[in-house]
Amino acid sequence: MKSKTKYIQVPSKSILPDRDIAREPVLECINLGITLGGIKAVDNFNLTIGRTEIAGLIGPNGAGKTTVFNLLTKVYQPTTGTILLNGKDTHGMTTTQINKAGIARTFQNIRLFKNLSVVDNVKAAMNNEMRYNMLSAILRLPNYRREEVAAHRRALKLLSIFDMQDMADVRAGSLPYGAQRRLEIVRALATNPSLLLLDEPAAGMNPSETADLMDNIRKVHEMFQIAIVLIEHDMSLVMNICEGICVLNFGQIIAKGTPEEIQANPAVIEAYLGRRKEA
Amino acid sequence: MTMRRLINLKRVEARRIYLTYFIVILAYVICQTMSSTKILSSTMRGMLVPICAYMVMSISLNLVVGISGELSLGHAGFMSVGAFSGVAAAILMQGFIPFAPVRLALAMIIAAIFAAAAGFLIGIPVLRLKGDYLAIVTLAFGEIIKSILNNFYLGVDSGGLQFSMLSDTTRLLAGGKLIIRGPMGISGIQKIATFPAGFILVMISLMIVFNLVNSRSGRAFMAIRDDRIAAESIGLDITKYKMTAFVMSAAMAGAAGALFAMNYSTIVANKFDFNTSILILVFVVLGGQGNMLGGIIAAAALTILPEKLRQFSDYRMLLYAIILIITMLGTNNQEIRNFFAGLNPFRRKEHEEEAA
Repeated sequence: MKSKTKYIQVPSKSILPDRDIAREPVLECINLGITLGGIKAVDNFNLTIGRTEIAGLIGPNGAGKTTVFNLLTKVYQPTTGTILLNGKDTHGMTTTQINKAGIARTFQNIRLFKNLSVVDNVKAAMNNEMRYNMLSAILRLPNYRREEVAAHRRALKLLSIFDMQDMADVRAGSLPYGAQRRLEIVRALATNPSLLLLDEPAAGMNPSETADLMDNIRKVHEMFQIAIVLIEHDMSLVMNICEGICVLNFGQIIAKGTPEEIQANPAVIEAYLGRRKEA
Repeated sequence: MTMRRLINLKRVEARRIYLTYFIVILAYVICQTMSSTKILSSTMRGMLVPICAYMVMSISLNLVVGISGELSLGHAGFMSVGAFSGVAAAILMQGFIPFAPVRLALAMIIAAIFAAAAGFLIGIPVLRLKGDYLAIVTLAFGEIIKSILNNFYLGVDSGGLQFSMLSDTTRLLAGGKLIIRGPMGISGIQKIATFPAGFILVMISLMIVFNLVNSRSGRAFMAIRDDRIAAESIGLDITKYKMTAFVMSAAMAGAAGALFAMNYSTIVANKFDFNTSILILVFVVLGGQGNMLGGIIAAAALTILPEKLRQFSDYRMLLYAIILIITMLGTNNQEIRNFFAGLNPFRRKEHEEEAA
């Protein structure tokens, strides 16, 4: 399989109508690599994400999955390679600019604004779409009120996707664990991304919570028609919702394909379970 | 699952804001009536304006320390920039603005602008740093401002403003007047600062901070404080918002400095030294970081306390320190806090919700 342009031909479990997701990809990584402390943490990473694709990034612990997310969001600047976002080179951009350009993410170890209320966490993420200046805020001018009311409404609407509208005024740090993970996704969505990166969204969740999360990710995908890439260890989740999967091991891609192809791939099985001992 | 009742943050915060405004207005009305009916002693009356100035300083530093989470140890520097520029402006305006309150207001605005400019210039290098490093560098800049003002001479004559550094080389024409005399500071200041003006400044500062906190800028300040990496990931401009908070805070400190200075006939740069910066920080920490009301009360209490302890002469500062330590320990003790929370009928319910 030529992995250069086409990566997924057939949308397998998509809820969206049939589409050619290989056309006009939202993200293209070409020969991406980074050296951290003399070790090639990610090397020769080539990946194309379609405009409304749900893709999974899996691999054993320490394979470099989160490093890839950090490269995409410019927490680290790549040592080699190019990242094209919506066809544009992202070279030299900062994390802030990357978000403005359309990538939003969640974190493996939850990073909420703990002392802010739930709704304020979401509204903080809408900062760049609000226009009023500080003077309007201090004097409570009409445009301040109008924009704040609109933002509050939109924040509640986003929260209601994850059934969190009743917790809007609660301190984010006092939420239960699962709700904190969901709030991170809502906050990321509030920045109107074209690509959403989820870093282990189901970590620490029980099977029923994971099932709910799966439904919610599908719902988000359908409502916003955005591309989603998720890192996940829960194989039931990955195999169920991802249209394409990319497997990393020791910073290198060892396999790409549909969930069925990945499950049957000997290299993947070896990476996870080890080599069969020759008799 | 015995679900812990989660506190409604919005309700608690709204209540705290109204309570703060209410207590400040109430305190003003009480002090004003006591002062006009001569119940208040003359030393206490003389302290009303400094208390207001320190309250504004406490609010201003709280914006940096409590809201945007950066430790600044040089805040007295901005106060002195405001004091000197405000007083100089007031002296220059004496001729053509005879009405003192207008002159005071304009002087405070000019002081705020100068202090904001100083805050911006200092912010450029300082805000690249984080945590302890930032604290140390702000301390250094506070000292630098003090040294500059100690060596700054400003005079006015028919040719306009003249200034010089290190020694007086302004060479004023006949009829000219030296306003700032280096280490001698400014003397012969008209005492135009009044208690009502101080009260208005406190109210304006409170309004600025409270309204800012409940806006996109305030949310950005607090988001950056709580998690810088997450704040970047949602597209917040870290430098821009840190700078905004720092400059706003410097501007308020400048206005407070002008108010403070115009309550005395002489003002020198050495008044605004490291000790003053620390004193302001103590207001903020004692009152609770991010808690405006607490900071205001601490500012008032710690300004009055040394005066009230004057009768113990030599042991005055020792007692001051002991009271400070006991208060700090007491306000951090959960049992003592619970006891006070139980006394307050408004907070009791919320407290029980939390405990349940």
